[in-house]
Amino acid sequence: MIIADRKPFEEIKELTSKAKNILIAGCDSCVAVCLASGEKEVAVLASELRMQRKMDGLEGEIEEIVNVRQCENEYVDAMRDKVEKADLILSMACGVGVQTLAERFPDKLAYPALNTKFMGRPVEPGVWKENCEGCGHCILHLTGGICPVARCSKSMLNGPCGGSQGGKCEVDPEIDCGWQLIYDRLSRLGQLDALVEIMLSKDWSTSWSGGPRRVIKESAGV
Amino acid sequence: MKSGSNLEKVLSSGHFAVTAELGPPKSCDPEVVEKKAEILKGFADAVNITDNQTAIVRTSSIATGVIVARKGLEPVVQMTCRDRNRIAIQSDLLGAAALGIKNLLCLTGDHQSCGNHPQARGVFDLDAIQLIDMVRRMRDEKKFQCGEEMSVEPRFFIGAAANPFADPFEFQVIRLAKKVTAGAEFIQTQLIYNVEKFARWMKMVREMGLHEKTYILAGVGPIKSAGAARYMKNKVAGMDVPGEIVERLQAASDPKAEGIKLCLDIIEQVRAIEGVAGIHIMAIEWESAVPEIAERAGLLPRPQID
Repeated sequence: MIIADRKPFEEIKELTSKAKNILIAGCDSCVAVCLASGEKEVAVLASELRMQRKMDGLEGEIEEIVNVRQCENEYVDAMRDKVEKADLILSMACGVGVQTLAERFPDKLAYPALNTKFMGRPVEPGVWKENCEGCGHCILHLTGGICPVARCSKSMLNGPCGGSQGGKCEVDPEIDCGWQLIYDRLSRLGQLDALVEIMLSKDWSTSWSGGPRRVIKESAGV
Repeated sequence: MKSGSNLEKVLSSGHFAVTAELGPPKSCDPEVVEKKAEILKGFADAVNITDNQTAIVRTSSIATGVIVARKGLEPVVQMTCRDRNRIAIQSDLLGAAALGIKNLLCLTGDHQSCGNHPQARGVFDLDAIQLIDMVRRMRDEKKFQCGEEMSVEPRFFIGAAANPFADPFEFQVIRLAKKVTAGAEFIQTQLIYNVEKFARWMKMVREMGLHEKTYILAGVGPIKSAGAARYMKNKVAGMDVPGEIVERLQAASDPKAEGIKLCLDIIEQVRAIEGVAGIHIMAIEWESAVPEIAERAGLLPRPQID
């Protein structure tokens, strides 16, 4: 899922300071599961902002709304009544949600309350880690189900580099060396011979390097 | 004087400048570069050395620039952000300065998907405006992008590109202003075939006073045939080739001669526009056209300034 983290309160305070009526819009999908959005997080931010704005002598109402998915037109369009009354929509969705609001409500300001981080998963309570960067050509069947593109700091396809020590990455001792993990997993599966082959340079045109991407499914067309 | 380059001297002394373009070879043959330099020497104040233009691998612009300089022709080294991050760019710029390069043209660069390695990962750590800002700070503040100081700074005459034919039309002038604010001391424009539109753009440039803060060199170039004109019109992003240009070449009995005549006509028209400080002749793989164009446009001999 998409992992996000709330922006520091000071920054949110600053970017909402010129608005009068604010609608805080949560999203109940990915970012709710990683505890960045959802009803509770929306309520917490709303009450923090109300308190701060009262202290700053700012007028206006702060409304709250949470919908199923802020990246789909039908859910976003259902927010219209509340959006009408606001000068600013403060989105607690990922960057996709913020952009959906901006597109569906072109005359309203839609600002982000979150920093969208990565595609990943919770690995222990309160900890989420990056797994996938959406390169557009999956090779997980070759690398023991561990992605070297997202989980090696250099995205090496023939790793690990000389900076791998004790299973940790030279970038940060908190980062597991992706290639150590790949090596361990393939060793366990008895597939180490797969790592003897030189993996050739990757075709990055399927990634963002090929320009912003789109997926077309004829079968889903009307 | 920021760099003391010949191009900077020519422009700052008020002469109408002439620059040309020299594309490095798709091999490591220095003779190809030397031959092109021989053709252009004496006919341009400096020549741009392209940096893997259209994302096709060629000899590096810095290495080619050094070969050109050895032949007595001043290079304008082009540097793009497509293939290098800020570490590599700064390192290459120090190297270029150490080798005597004095003019630098800062570009974002054509996307890798346009070239012969469309599988390549694009870098784009910086964009052209950020690059200009970084180079200016390296020179004027003696600081790396991170803020650390250096003992000997690279002294470049800093240039940038501008495209009067890209959209949104009005915003391109604001973007030019940002480049000037960042530190662009000379500008070379995209190839001009739609002179009327270029004149409108220059009017906006003058209204913002940008022609007094930077030297604007109008991009011109001969077209060999109606087919080439049609290709530029339909296939090359950011180009504006009016239909009558294609028709004029189509109707000509000698299209190459007509292409040069057309280029001369455009030079005459852009020279008359207030704020145009020179021309940049782009005759890629047709370098031999440059001496004829410079001669017939009355731009010879080139000024000799000490």
